[in-house]
Amino acid sequence: MLRFLLNRIGLLIPTFIGVSIIAFSFIRLLPGDPILLLAGERGMTDERYQAEVVKYGFDKPIWQQYLNYLGDLLQGDFGTSFVTKKPVLTEFLTLFPATLELSLVAIVLAVVLGVPAGIFAAVKRGSFFDQSIMSTALVGYSMPIFWWGLLLIIFFSGILQWTPVSGRISLLYFFPPVTGFMLVDSLLSGQKGAFASAVSHLILPAIVLATIPLAVIARQTRSAMLEVLGEDYVRTARAKGLPPRRVVGLHALRNALIPVITVIGLSVGTLLAGAILTETIFSWPGIGKWMVDSIFRRDYEVIQGGLMLIAGIVMIVNLIVDLLYGLINPRIRHQ
Amino acid sequence: MALLSIRNLSVTFETATGPLKAVDGMDLAVDPGDIVAIVGESGSGKSVAMLAVMGLLPDTATVTADEMSFAGRDLATLSVQARRQVIGKDIAMIFQEPVASLNPCFTVGFQIGEALKTHLGLGRADRQRRSIELLQEVGIPEPEKRLSAFPHQLSGGMSQRVMIAMAISCQPQLLIADEPSTALDVTIQAQILDLLVKLQRDTGMALVLITHDMGVVAETAQRVVVQYAGQQVERQPVGGLFDHPHHPYTAALLDALPDRASGDRLPAIPGVVPGQSDRPDGCLFNPRCKFADETCRTVAPPRQSAELGEALCHYPLNHREAAA
Ligand SMILES: Nc1ncnc2c1ncn2[C@@H]1O[C@H](COP(=O)(O)OP(=O)(O)O)[C@@H](O)[C@H]1O
Ligand SMILES: [Mg+2]
Repeated sequence: MLRFLLNRIGLLIPTFIGVSIIAFSFIRLLPGDPILLLAGERGMTDERYQAEVVKYGFDKPIWQQYLNYLGDLLQGDFGTSFVTKKPVLTEFLTLFPATLELSLVAIVLAVVLGVPAGIFAAVKRGSFFDQSIMSTALVGYSMPIFWWGLLLIIFFSGILQWTPVSGRISLLYFFPPVTGFMLVDSLLSGQKGAFASAVSHLILPAIVLATIPLAVIARQTRSAMLEVLGEDYVRTARAKGLPPRRVVGLHALRNALIPVITVIGLSVGTLLAGAILTETIFSWPGIGKWMVDSIFRRDYEVIQGGLMLIAGIVMIVNLIVDLLYGLINPRIRHQ
Repeated sequence: MALLSIRNLSVTFETATGPLKAVDGMDLAVDPGDIVAIVGESGSGKSVAMLAVMGLLPDTATVTADEMSFAGRDLATLSVQARRQVIGKDIAMIFQEPVASLNPCFTVGFQIGEALKTHLGLGRADRQRRSIELLQEVGIPEPEKRLSAFPHQLSGGMSQRVMIAMAISCQPQLLIADEPSTALDVTIQAQILDLLVKLQRDTGMALVLITHDMGVVAETAQRVVVQYAGQQVERQPVGGLFDHPHHPYTAALLDALPDRASGDRLPAIPGVVPGQSDRPDGCLFNPRCKFADETCRTVAPPRQSAELGEALCHYPLNHREAAA
């Protein structure tokens, strides 16, 4: 298991270098002078310009620029926002809990609904239930996020007036962040109605963000279950006289989960992409909205640093998924 | 009273191309401590018949029988729950592909312990102790260490031994072994069969051994049922069957044995078992039978007397020897 772990961590190094090269080149490949872009100013004096060139190290050869950049990254220096003058990492860490909370709730929603739906569809294969689940999943899968989000807002916030349209909690409540998760903090604050307000703010964006992963997970679970239910070891389990819930829920599911976990891992990348759209639609103050705002403000260091940080998150999540995969699949663990 | 008593068992599968009769009027009586072999080529309905007894067929199968009882209990009318208390405990089954039959995600110890927990309600420590005992019984070295092994760490022969350990864990009265050695290396095949016969002798359980190999039958069984295209074509004690087969199919199977044939390779019976679409009229074996005449091609054969091996044949062989 330790070898497996080290192996997986070792594989991250080339990925990290690859992403850092992309983030590094990105700013240098944009049309226009990178100094002007990075400084975010126009018409600066020549002395000022030269000073900036030296400050950003553009007078050095390109490989040295990259190594310096890599060195900065490894020391946790992801650049500074020229708008707020705060370090990119600090901004990221302040906003990340909002995205993490939204993504976690979305992925939990997708797993908690998708896996059982897939199991039932497989067990009741060809039934009305199976057909409705699978056609709903197909619709969910093909739903454009932006349109779906607006539709929900129009219905639940506009017509029914059940949910607010933006933010994480009503302005009536104020308390210092403890965990950064609004659901937890609102409970900890002890203020009446705070938790309900946090939930009502979270529910629509979470549903929107969960839709595609939910559809993917339900379909993958169903097809994996169908395959596994025909396996000899499932027949063995039934031949032991085990109750169906144990045969399906343990013997079959454990094997079916192997591909499902891979799909969940892969959907984390999609989830972050979805988070950018969802946060924009719902004005959710997370890193997705932060990235989009930065693009509009041409805050290039934030875009560059944010790209690196998001890539880092995806890599860490994939590592966790790989480990889970190893835990659940003994054949991998013993490689 | 017979332990397992089956009369006129038929199984029909609903398939995309229409109904498929996989088992056609099968009878079987197994007494306590019996070893009965069911022999026949691939596709003759041996597995399906025994899966019907276990209640393990998919929903697409329709099972009918005049009688299907075990230890005096009617399996057909038993509730699903009650039947689950019988299978895995009093009737156990092992399968042709031992490697695929073990769940890759769970340890050997876990998989053996399951039946002990479900049927006998044993606690953790008792399960562990009993599992080690069982692994010893089936001849697995270092049983304590093997308990934490995963199936992919075992060879085919070891996997089948684990399957056998699982099957006998609750001391069943009947063990159904469906081609237990077919998928294994030749050297291992004999070991597995020896193990089954030894366990049968030690525990006194009844054994139904499904095989397509007459050589296996000769070494193990007391009574033999020969099955062809879902029908039983002959039933005899093993001695009589080998000396005086009455059905031409049995005779052909015996001729296919290496030591009987003069050549070194098996002279396989020409043709194949008829399927759903090419089921002949009259006797199902007639297209491959060298004795078949017009009657065989048009009229379904009668069941002969016990002296004639209850052969399903118009012209049973060796009737002079049977009379003598
Ligand atoms: N689940 C199933 N659905 C449809 N046909 C089946 C199924 N299982 C077995 N059969 C058919 O039943 C016939 C008998 O199969 P089987 O009992 O496995 O033969 P064998 O004597 O080799 O064990 C074969 O023609 C097989 O194709
Ligand atoms: Mg078979």
